[in-house]
Amino acid sequence: MSKDKFDYFIKGERNKYEVIIGLEVHAQVSSKSKLFSGSATKFGAEPNSQVSLIDSAFPGMLPVINKECINQAIRTGLGLNAKINNNSVFDRKNYFYADLPQGYQISQYKNPIVGEGKVLLDMPYGSKEIGIERLHLEQDAGKSIHDMDPSSTYVDLNRSGIALMEIVSKPDLRSPEEVNAYIKKLRTIMRYLGTCDGNMQEGSLRADVNVSVRQLGDKKFGTRCEIKNVNSIKFMQMAIEYEAKRQVELLDEGKKIEQETRLFDTKKNETRSMRSKENAHDYRYFPDPDLLPLKIEQKLIDDLKKSLPELPDNKKERFMRDYGLNSYEANVLVSEKEISNYYEEVAKLSDKKLAATWMMGDLFAMLNDKGLNISKSPISAKNFAELVQSIKTGEISGRIAKEVFELMVESGDNPKKIIESKGMKQQSDPKELEKIINEILTKNKDKVDQYKSGKEKLFGFFVGQVMKKSGGKANPQLTNEILKKLLKG
Amino acid sequence: MSEVVNKNLSEIIELIKKKEIKSEELTNLYIDRANKSKKLNSYITTCFEYTTQKAKEFDKKPNFNSLLPGVPLAVKDLFCTNGFKTTAGSKMLENFVPKYESTVTENLWKEGAILLGKLNCDEYAMGSSNETSYFGNVINPIARDTVPGGSSGGSASALAADLTPATIGTDTGGSIRQPASFTGTVGLKPTYGLCSRWGIVAFASSLDQAGPMTKSVKDCSIMLEAMAGFDKKDSTSIDKKKENYSKNLKTNIKGIKIGIPKEYRVEKMPKEIDELWNKGKSILKDLGADIVDISLPHTKYALPTYYIVAPAEASSNLARYDGVKYGYRSSRGNDLIEMYENTRSEGFGDEVKRRILIGTYVLSSGYYDAYYLKAQKVRQLIKKDFDENFGKVDAILTPSTPSSAFKIGEKTDNPISMYLNDIFTVPVNLAGLPAISIPAGLDKKGYPLGLQLIGKTLDEQNILNVAYAFEKNCNFKNEIKNWWL
Repeated sequence: MSKDKFDYFIKGERNKYEVIIGLEVHAQVSSKSKLFSGSATKFGAEPNSQVSLIDSAFPGMLPVINKECINQAIRTGLGLNAKINNNSVFDRKNYFYADLPQGYQISQYKNPIVGEGKVLLDMPYGSKEIGIERLHLEQDAGKSIHDMDPSSTYVDLNRSGIALMEIVSKPDLRSPEEVNAYIKKLRTIMRYLGTCDGNMQEGSLRADVNVSVRQLGDKKFGTRCEIKNVNSIKFMQMAIEYEAKRQVELLDEGKKIEQETRLFDTKKNETRSMRSKENAHDYRYFPDPDLLPLKIEQKLIDDLKKSLPELPDNKKERFMRDYGLNSYEANVLVSEKEISNYYEEVAKLSDKKLAATWMMGDLFAMLNDKGLNISKSPISAKNFAELVQSIKTGEISGRIAKEVFELMVESGDNPKKIIESKGMKQQSDPKELEKIINEILTKNKDKVDQYKSGKEKLFGFFVGQVMKKSGGKANPQLTNEILKKLLKG
Repeated sequence: MSEVVNKNLSEIIELIKKKEIKSEELTNLYIDRANKSKKLNSYITTCFEYTTQKAKEFDKKPNFNSLLPGVPLAVKDLFCTNGFKTTAGSKMLENFVPKYESTVTENLWKEGAILLGKLNCDEYAMGSSNETSYFGNVINPIARDTVPGGSSGGSASALAADLTPATIGTDTGGSIRQPASFTGTVGLKPTYGLCSRWGIVAFASSLDQAGPMTKSVKDCSIMLEAMAGFDKKDSTSIDKKKENYSKNLKTNIKGIKIGIPKEYRVEKMPKEIDELWNKGKSILKDLGADIVDISLPHTKYALPTYYIVAPAEASSNLARYDGVKYGYRSSRGNDLIEMYENTRSEGFGDEVKRRILIGTYVLSSGYYDAYYLKAQKVRQLIKKDFDENFGKVDAILTPSTPSSAFKIGEKTDNPISMYLNDIFTVPVNLAGLPAISIPAGLDKKGYPLGLQLIGKTLDEQNILNVAYAFEKNCNFKNEIKNWWL
């Protein structure tokens, strides 16, 4: 599947187009309480059970910044190799909606907390840098529930006031695959940092997707459309494909793209116009007079920087250097902090390369199958390392190892114990093997003659017989060697 | 004993401490007077049963070590009071009962004061005559056809009419000082951030500030001491130690430099105001103060700046009154947008709507730079004017208002002439400075006139001292004839 050349273009009737994508990712900050109030932020609580007077905008209520949310935004900024602004401002974004109790959202407009940064993507055609324009903090809105009653709308304010980080990319993305890689990378970085759980099902990570197209070779960007609030990578990819094709068709027909906000209909798999530029909201942004400008001491930034965990890019480099992994393996094994931790534990106790192969093969397949996170793996890292070592030393063959693996999954037992109790140890004694092989050769004299007269395909037959006789435990390498030797004689 | 209500707060506190009067007796005197004074329309809500109950409790277990032991107080209806209606003078909040107490009123109760009720005010504190209140206009006890000023008009009226020994108001552009001037009382707007804004219905967040309204400067210092204090629930609250304003009050102001800004001598200002200002200067001079002519060149831009900044913030602050969560909701409307439109059309009065429209306009894209942003820049220049002069002088003396109390209905059809009433008070809010209005004389109609002392940031003690010395040497006497009784 791996492509060594980028080739995502949309072919129109006459021209070939390049797709330009920029993302505004809304990531929910992991914090115990909301951005400007002490209310809890737990997902799935009873409607309106995590709402303070501030969240519901009672008269005379005032916002007070939650320092932990600021720290989380700074950590994320540092993880994105971005500039942290010592001075930033909270603004009010004014609009009316039933689930926006204040009648405005507190956000950051002209002076965000985090400035330009970058994220590195590993694409099959090489690594690619995606620019970050900015990261700012803002309040989430509540939730309007329209389908509970035919004539009324219900409002749940649990989400109202929860801290979001809006991470705005530069228009550097060029394909749905890159968007996939970008979102996953952002998610990985934030999960390493513990600043966002990245749980898309729970809405912790959503994105507005900006799409435009331009003829191959053009320097100027085309007019973009913004697809609002897409909440899964798959939908983002589908929306981009649909939207890019729609724009190309329009251009091919000699029509113009209108700048507008669109919605992605997940049922019909199409984007639909929500409002045109002319009807765009005038949010009347202005600095929130209830909050002083946010001043961040350099010392805080430096301290947070020092306390950052090892980030995926660095860890990947280290895995390649210290464990001799290739780029692909290292990428997969650092994609989640828990996976990398598991791998490091296994690698400490066993062959590093073989451990990587077995983790990415059988272990991941099993976890995937069972829908389990690696932290819930029925096989402990220590047991897994022992299994890898048993293969490495030749104690069991790869084939037997698969059986042992299955038994480990079922019982959670130590592999040594399983091998021992089931007598699965590999037959690696040359004398014993020679005895078995001789028996088989004697029994199949006719086939030996055929082999000797040139029917070399029969070699496989002999190996099979040896395996059958040894209950699969014969060391395959040794079996090959001895067989060849005896058949020659 | 009915003359007790004529006394100053500090005298009443002494009576209580000397056990010459019980809290309950005192409370009954004020309740009795309030019941006879309904014509003034000072109150929106009373809670006399509660007051009597609390007064009895106080008398059973009195604590005389607090600042306001067992003193009944009525407060402006902009302060949220737990369990008691808080209307902000608006139909929108006609039946709104908060389940929380504003920090400032909480501070008063902690010092032993007891709530008498909620005083009338202009709707959402938007007005200079208390004529925008949904609950009707308030009468100035000075004369039956005059306004008490605004927006803390109910507070000023109740205080001057002896319905409460002291009170509190809020001041966004002069809403404490102007009514104080119109009623012959003392009103202080503290440094922005000295009193918490938490639990006060917001008008313009960067300007709003609560402050005391009293019959004397000493009373003012006691009330300020009780109200003020850092509050971590208000991000703009100033983190500093509490001061003992009343204990540190002194009359020696020798050598203090008082600035007289020439820009406050405005066109068409009545001669009486000019004379009053001169009188003020000579009193302070006689007390040993140096009178220094100064210039605050950006003063003339203060009013237009204020009428951009304040409505801009108000337009956003009042967005929450949308009929969804609490307060008034129109019964008409087929969808959310219609419900919003009808609720806000029916729930807000004309002046509030006017300011929401102005505020929305000045923040709109395409106008923001020309209005709001420019106003913010001018605001900085106004602040700079003060900062530069406060290197040279310790306080600034100006008239509080360009006229005495005007007639009811006189300015209701002319918003601009109404806005002009704030011309001397507004610059102080824009600069976030403390200022006190003190009664200084009567005009030829016998209506009181006030002078304003503006101080440096957090220099409340200094302007209180100057005001205290001034008060002792001014011999002002308010001529209120109890005509409504």
